[in-house]
Amino acid sequence: MKALVAVKRVVDANVKVRVKPDNSGVDLTNVKMSINPFCEIAVEEAVRLKEKGTVSEIVVVSIGPKEAQEQIRSAMALGADRGILVEADDSQLGALEIAKILKGVADAEQPQLILLGKQAIDDDSNQVGQMLGALLGAGQGTFASEVKVDGDKVQVTREIDGGLQTVELTLPAIITTDLRLNEPRYAALPNIMKARKKPLDAKSPADYGVNPATKLKTVKVEAPAERKAGVQVKSVDELVEKLKNEAKVI
Amino acid sequence: MSILVIAEHDNKALNGATLNVVAAAQKIGGDITVLVAGSGAQAVADQAAKVAGVSKVLLADDAAYANQLAENVAKLVASIGAGYSHILAASTTTGKNILPRAAALLDVSMITDIIAVDSANTFKRPIYAGNAIATVQSGEAIVAATVRGTAFDAVAAEGGSAAVEALASQGDAGISKFISEEIVKSERPELTAARIVVSGGRGVGSGENYHTVLDPLADKLGAAQGASRAAVDAGFVPNDMQVGQTGKIVAPDLYIAVGISGAIQHLAGMKDSKVIVAINKDEEAPINAVADYWLVGDLNTVVPELVSKI
Repeated sequence: MKALVAVKRVVDANVKVRVKPDNSGVDLTNVKMSINPFCEIAVEEAVRLKEKGTVSEIVVVSIGPKEAQEQIRSAMALGADRGILVEADDSQLGALEIAKILKGVADAEQPQLILLGKQAIDDDSNQVGQMLGALLGAGQGTFASEVKVDGDKVQVTREIDGGLQTVELTLPAIITTDLRLNEPRYAALPNIMKARKKPLDAKSPADYGVNPATKLKTVKVEAPAERKAGVQVKSVDELVEKLKNEAKVI
Repeated sequence: MSILVIAEHDNKALNGATLNVVAAAQKIGGDITVLVAGSGAQAVADQAAKVAGVSKVLLADDAAYANQLAENVAKLVASIGAGYSHILAASTTTGKNILPRAAALLDVSMITDIIAVDSANTFKRPIYAGNAIATVQSGEAIVAATVRGTAFDAVAAEGGSAAVEALASQGDAGISKFISEEIVKSERPELTAARIVVSGGRGVGSGENYHTVLDPLADKLGAAQGASRAAVDAGFVPNDMQVGQTGKIVAPDLYIAVGISGAIQHLAGMKDSKVIVAINKDEEAPINAVADYWLVGDLNTVVPELVSKI
């Protein structure tokens, strides 16, 4: 079966971002960009399913600026077979528009499994997989920590607030990955070289009949309130005294 | 304004998170209807009817809603959603699973994890692991949003007297099935609602040590227990105890971080706590920068001493 994996180019997880002085957004000039960590887990899962013989072809798609090619190439270096870049201005796109474009890609590709990360670490929305499930009328296994394909069904163990829940979905289905699903591998140099030769199609939102303008407007972006600088206490006695008499929390 | 709040429950009792969502709904202003989708959930509907500020409760009782499967509940929400100006749910794993699906069925954008209501269509929400706060304005006819519980004080669970109306089921979508659930049982307070949280990180060394060192402290303080991702990944404690960007968001009166270095992703889940205490052997640990009080020392001696002195 064919698997479609969606990946996003985001600021690297270890970068502490700064808000622009004019409050228009976050300053991303000269900041290291990477594949969203949850998307990397989705790619790894697809590759593992291919190694098991469940999946025969992995198509990786990214919606974003031209530079998102790098993230598609990284996914190919990990084992994806071909890529689709839907070039669009990220800042104009909301989760609903992304889901509509992905529906267009899914309609064209007819994958049985669609894997996405549970959330992008930049907008922290946690919406796209669920919205895509709605648009395709497919079942969704969100926050997955285990995936087992069995014939025309897939069993997904999900991380929920109280513990774990297992659901069974009819294929085609959507899976969004949680951190515990797997440990992504590193791309080996020969695979990075091979990835350069794999096919990568360029598309635009219009190819899928989607108007990319979101109805959510970001009015401003501010830095969060600074916390007052704390103090180092030298002993447990001092800590207990402070908590009792100064902070009055115990 | 007419606001639909999706109740969070286990078919027996209303989850406290719903009271925080009703509080956010009150800030928006307007008639508040609570939707209880469940199986044998009359008791939940009765509890929801007593919540202060609620004017109506809709009860959709059907086996299809027993386990809150998104495919079934979202279909139900979408079937009535067009009659409301706002649809709100808690930013829990259940709310995050259901609401985006319902929003897409209604063809509207959604706002995740609102922390403040500026007006009926303008909200604040954290982005980049809480390192920036975005003010977002929705131009949609229906505003769909999940609410960060810790940012709104819960409304009273008693005092209301709403009518309960039955709502016809939309049936089973037939594409998903509940198989099983493993719920972690604990005598301690629920993590996201606790007044005090004691969390351990990689520094506690092992699962055994986590419990030997931190359990007495949590017991003494009547605290909930949390963990960093490192402690969860190392298998010290189960996943549902993870505090952070992708785990639970807490904002207790007192957060005690033990053996936690303080990665960006962990801070995202706890830096709105009123008082933060860090106990760490590393003087340079990033957690110290957000801590109100930090103590450098070996947690294996410091924590037992702390237990004996409070």
